[in-house]
Amino acid sequence: MAFLHIEALAKRFPQADAPVFEHLNFSIERGEFVCILGHSGCGKTTVLNILSGLDEASAGTVVMDGREVRGPALDRGVVFQSHALMPWLSALKNVEFGVRSRWPEWSRREVEAHSIKTLEMVGLAHALHKKPHELSGGMKQRVGIARAFAIQPKMLLLDEPFGALDALTRGTIQDELMQIVAATQQTVFMITHDVDESILLADRILLMSNGPRAQLAEIVEVALPRPRDRHTIHHDPRYYRIRNHLVDFLVNRSRAFAAPEAGHAPAVVNPGSDIPEPQAA
Amino acid sequence: MTTLRKPWLAPLLSVLLLAFLLGVWQLAAQPETTVVDPGLDPEYAALIGAAAAGGGQSAMPTPGEVGGKLWAHLTDPFYDRGTNDKGLGIQIGYSLARVLAGYLIAVALAVPLGFLIGMSPLAYRALDPYIQVLKPISPLAWMPLALYTIKDSGTSAVFVIFICSVWPILVNTAFGVASVRRDWLNVARTLEVSPLRTAFTVILPAAAPTILTGMRISIGIAWLVIVAAEMLVGGTGIGYFVWNEWNNLSIANIIVAILVIGVVGMALDTMLARLARAVSYRE
Repeated sequence: MAFLHIEALAKRFPQADAPVFEHLNFSIERGEFVCILGHSGCGKTTVLNILSGLDEASAGTVVMDGREVRGPALDRGVVFQSHALMPWLSALKNVEFGVRSRWPEWSRREVEAHSIKTLEMVGLAHALHKKPHELSGGMKQRVGIARAFAIQPKMLLLDEPFGALDALTRGTIQDELMQIVAATQQTVFMITHDVDESILLADRILLMSNGPRAQLAEIVEVALPRPRDRHTIHHDPRYYRIRNHLVDFLVNRSRAFAAPEAGHAPAVVNPGSDIPEPQAA
Repeated sequence: MTTLRKPWLAPLLSVLLLAFLLGVWQLAAQPETTVVDPGLDPEYAALIGAAAAGGGQSAMPTPGEVGGKLWAHLTDPFYDRGTNDKGLGIQIGYSLARVLAGYLIAVALAVPLGFLIGMSPLAYRALDPYIQVLKPISPLAWMPLALYTIKDSGTSAVFVIFICSVWPILVNTAFGVASVRRDWLNVARTLEVSPLRTAFTVILPAAAPTILTGMRISIGIAWLVIVAAEMLVGGTGIGYFVWNEWNNLSIANIIVAILVIGVVGMALDTMLARLARAVSYRE
């Protein structure tokens, strides 16, 4: 059985006629990086909140590592869209807040040392004692990532973490995230609106049709070799095959998509697989 | 605020304004030279003072007289010559003790209760009608009820302070707790932080500025109310002092007391403002 297994997941909000999404079936393997892509209102954030335990599904089950997910727990680290740092705590104290919860038996010094190490990993060694309002948007989000990473979760959940950042900062943090994830073999589930971001980061991309009654329409495999480089990846001929496929879906097919029947398995596509891997010159 | 180019200008204007006001006061309180009515009964005149008998001198003292009284009080604030003649320091001490007692009880009760109301929409809806009705009641209206049930006048004054301080703290705490950002609570939930630790490490610091604002409003109201309350209950305290000096028709003493009440009120407010700054945060 896969590391994370989701079966027949649905969410209906009270007072709503139709569920936001339904019949959601997918799995994530250990160490995999999965992005979920779809228009606003398809329930991406709700899916992530159910995975994190902050929200409850109306139907269906989530099983992670052989156990049903019920309520929030320390085995899943969440990076929030709005970074959600406590403004009265320094960057270091924000990270320590999580570390202390994860290992309550640790001494002050151990907690501090581990938190500093994690902040150094995201390149914030120089800003340990700064309050969030003294940090730039990118630095704040790095602290948020460090806080989630520091508790060494089995799965990292990212809710569109780079949405509010400028392109340059976004690129830098994407690189950092890729390095850390590669080094730690972290399993990641990430929401994004950005097609290029999803191709750069993900092993597989889940495409959601439009809500309400959104469904998992397709799973796109990104077979580009790793390590990937943000500056050269778009020269790979397969890149645009994947990109065009994703954009096509979002622009044309996401609205009209109708599942053949309830509980169907989403189609798995691998755009560009017919193109041979380019040989290094 | 823009920095002034001449930093001495504002203090100078303040001093000039003070000099002007004192001058006007001096002129207004100037004793008129009156001719004593030759037909006046000399014994009566001797009894109440020649000027008063002639109707010439008002009871309004000049700034100089008030200054002299102020100096006398400041140099000897803690004398005690019987029930109706105690130093200003002692009277202020009594008032402060009552205010602090009532205020601290109010804080001890209103902050936890406000937490409960802020966290639970049910508790909020259940208690809201009571708060809405009780909040606008003048604290002094409780005085007869307090005197009847508590019977001790000093304790009644403390109760009145309590009842007037409790509402701003309660309402502000509930509001502050209810408006803690959902995200911060979610962070605590995903980190499996216990409810008690969440209350102390997330909700309390997040709501602290709002709570402190309520506490600052309360201490201001409490200091306003203590003067009136002590006028009613009598015995000791700055309010009683003012009333007693009114009975003595010593306007100079009353003005001194008014000044002291203002300064102490300002000191209390400044203290709470400092505290509020210490717990404030920028997002």
